[in-house]
Amino acid sequence: MLIKNFWSHNARQLGTVIGLVGLVLIFWAWTPYFLTISNLLNIAQQTSINAIIAVGLTFVIITAGIDLSVGSIMAFAGVVMASLLQADQPIYIAIILGLLVGAASGLVNGLLISYGKLPPFISTLGMMSVARGAALLFTDGRPISGFSPEFRYIATGEILYIPVPVIIMIVVYLIAHFVLTRTKLGRYTYAIGGNEEASLLSGINVKMMKTIVYSLSGMLSGLAAVLLTARLNSAQPIAGIMYELDAIAAAVIGGTSLMGGEGKISGTLIGALIMGVLRNGLNLLGVSSFIQQIVIGSVIIVAVLVDMALKKGKN
Amino acid sequence: MKTILELKNIKKEYPGVVALDDVSFTLQKGEVHILLGENGAGKSTLVKILSGAVRKTNGKIILFDEEIEIKNPKHAFQIGIGIIYQELNLIPHLTVAENIFLGREFSINSGIIDNQKIIAEAQKLLDELKVRINPQALIKDLGIAQQQMVEVAKALSLNAKILIMDEPTSALTENEIEELFRIINKLKEQGVSIIYISHRLDELFQIGDTVTILRDGKLVATKLISETTHQELIKMMVNRELKDQFPRVKPSIESELLSVENLTTVNRLSNISFNLKAGEILGVFGLLGSGRTELARAIFGVDEILSGKIRINGESVVIKSPIEAINYGIALLTEDRKTQGLILELDLQKNVSLASLSQVSTYGILSDTKERELSEKYISDLNIKTTGPQQIVRNLSGGNQQKVVLSKWLSSKAKIYIFDEPTRGIDVGSKVEIYEIMNRLTKEGAGIIMISSDLPEILGMSDRIMVMHQGRITAELSGEEASQESIMHFALGENYAN
Repeated sequence: MLIKNFWSHNARQLGTVIGLVGLVLIFWAWTPYFLTISNLLNIAQQTSINAIIAVGLTFVIITAGIDLSVGSIMAFAGVVMASLLQADQPIYIAIILGLLVGAASGLVNGLLISYGKLPPFISTLGMMSVARGAALLFTDGRPISGFSPEFRYIATGEILYIPVPVIIMIVVYLIAHFVLTRTKLGRYTYAIGGNEEASLLSGINVKMMKTIVYSLSGMLSGLAAVLLTARLNSAQPIAGIMYELDAIAAAVIGGTSLMGGEGKISGTLIGALIMGVLRNGLNLLGVSSFIQQIVIGSVIIVAVLVDMALKKGKN
Repeated sequence: MKTILELKNIKKEYPGVVALDDVSFTLQKGEVHILLGENGAGKSTLVKILSGAVRKTNGKIILFDEEIEIKNPKHAFQIGIGIIYQELNLIPHLTVAENIFLGREFSINSGIIDNQKIIAEAQKLLDELKVRINPQALIKDLGIAQQQMVEVAKALSLNAKILIMDEPTSALTENEIEELFRIINKLKEQGVSIIYISHRLDELFQIGDTVTILRDGKLVATKLISETTHQELIKMMVNRELKDQFPRVKPSIESELLSVENLTTVNRLSNISFNLKAGEILGVFGLLGSGRTELARAIFGVDEILSGKIRINGESVVIKSPIEAINYGIALLTEDRKTQGLILELDLQKNVSLASLSQVSTYGILSDTKERELSEKYISDLNIKTTGPQQIVRNLSGGNQQKVVLSKWLSSKAKIYIFDEPTRGIDVGSKVEIYEIMNRLTKEGAGIIMISSDLPEILGMSDRIMVMHQGRITAELSGEEASQESIMHFALGENYAN
């Protein structure tokens, strides 16, 4: 039984890895440039923002919730931070404030869901619009552009040939993996998503845990804002539209169940990489962006169909 | 009278359990046939077979002189068997008429629903029953009694010749019950036969023609209501051999652990007072709707308490959440392990440590080693049959799942244990093991409140027995003075005792 469990658990992970490797091989066959170090690093860098947002969504989705507001929160946190940078505030102050704006927006989501008893879909749908509006209002609809090279280093810099955003992404994934697998917060995240009633009756502070998880998701959106603003050398109030869907897709392709209680941070990374490889490969092949959307949508659907088939086999 | 349905030697086996054994049953045209028995006597299995929800293992079903096999619920409807469950199956935001004809809507040629006709037909059915319900009213705006009438109308629209009603009066007021009985009598006149399940003895004498008593999956007797008495029915329901399945060893009972005074809650409980001493097992017996589970939830801080006092070790406490209850050393083993006790997709080790993660973590970081050691301790202590700490609890048997829940609370170092139906759905061997654990707990100075609807268990394991009926305590009996009959009397709310 144990061995069977081991296989069914890892078959899921293996499936996504095989999918990723398969995609890489296909693109490599079509366009040899695809499998060069510089292009791979390029993919990793392009993936980093979606991958970081997807970490927050993985937590949220494991609790059987959803967060639709991440893209808007990212835009809002980005413009607040950019305005501080332009006002010649120290970079670290601006970044911390960006993260705080994100976390605070997430906190509001969490409070509305836990204490206001709103369905997560509604609360975060509302926040999606509120944060977007706040970003537009804050900048009067205009982008804030032009920052110091020190700040832009976050996007352009390299450490041992590895782009800084990729390093940040790896660090976030290592921490998130540790939190999910080795801490109380992580355990309670799975427990709440697996069975909220049983968790409550086991003495878990379900409301507080959910609030923390949504705050975390908001904070990671703030972090994504730092990377995006540095990369574009500009903070745009209309940035990040539809990012929530890409992040949800990454988590779901990676095996996180929308029903809650199941998911792995490593799966989300693979999911985000699959999205990134697809975009990059299709671009290299010169496939039109219209067709790209069709391909990506189909991949999401196929991934979840395969997931469901595997689970059915398990039971 | 004409026989319309005959069950011959019906047997139903589930893996490891015989739910019905050699049960025969005859239903006459136009009679109200009562099905009586304790929880687990086999009533619901019988109903499930008739409704097509499960298939019989053996035996014959003869409907209108023809042997049939009831394949599924839809098939049951087609052959004229209608069921009104305790939990009504109506869609709240649709109208009465829409509910009655759900899935069988009349349509105007190309599939457009003919609303006028649906409403008119629904009105006709309701008129036949002489009930005043607007067919265009939304179900959610109706009371339970009216919703039940809608279910009856729906069954009639399906041309039901046999109507099964499962505890139809459990949520009704006196007047509503009168109304229901009027309808039942009307249905009888029209030649509909009714299989009626209820615990309320007074009702049975009012409405029933015949009664069949089941016990432990076996047929005890079928009698005419006019030829039996309350006493005889109770005796037939509960009388059984008490084998040596209850190894209760009574330790010395010490100081008071918990006392509850005049507890009243929003849902059901009124003026509950009792106490629990260290080393004691207090049995709480009540039938469905008696408030036994609500009592557990109130003490555990889940349901809101309106008034009353709770003392733990003599100190007055206010418990507003399960977290606080656990901090006061209370543990609740819920009635339903799967939906309330376990995280089924997590492994054994993670379920065991769930209520005591602080013990296996430092600064919020979990120690896998400590966690594994904790679970291994209970695997050997409680003799849990598993492949190891990493086994997903979904794959454990019922008895072993219950032991995992127990381990969770044992590791939280609770002193007051509330067991709600501790052995439901558990095989006999594991039951005895659970009782042994209860013995050990009380020996170590814990107190146990054991809520159960299993009479032999209550009698076999309790030092003291509290009987509940409709949210009140109707009796407190010492282990010696209690008998199955006396407990059942108080549980039925009868105002006389043996």
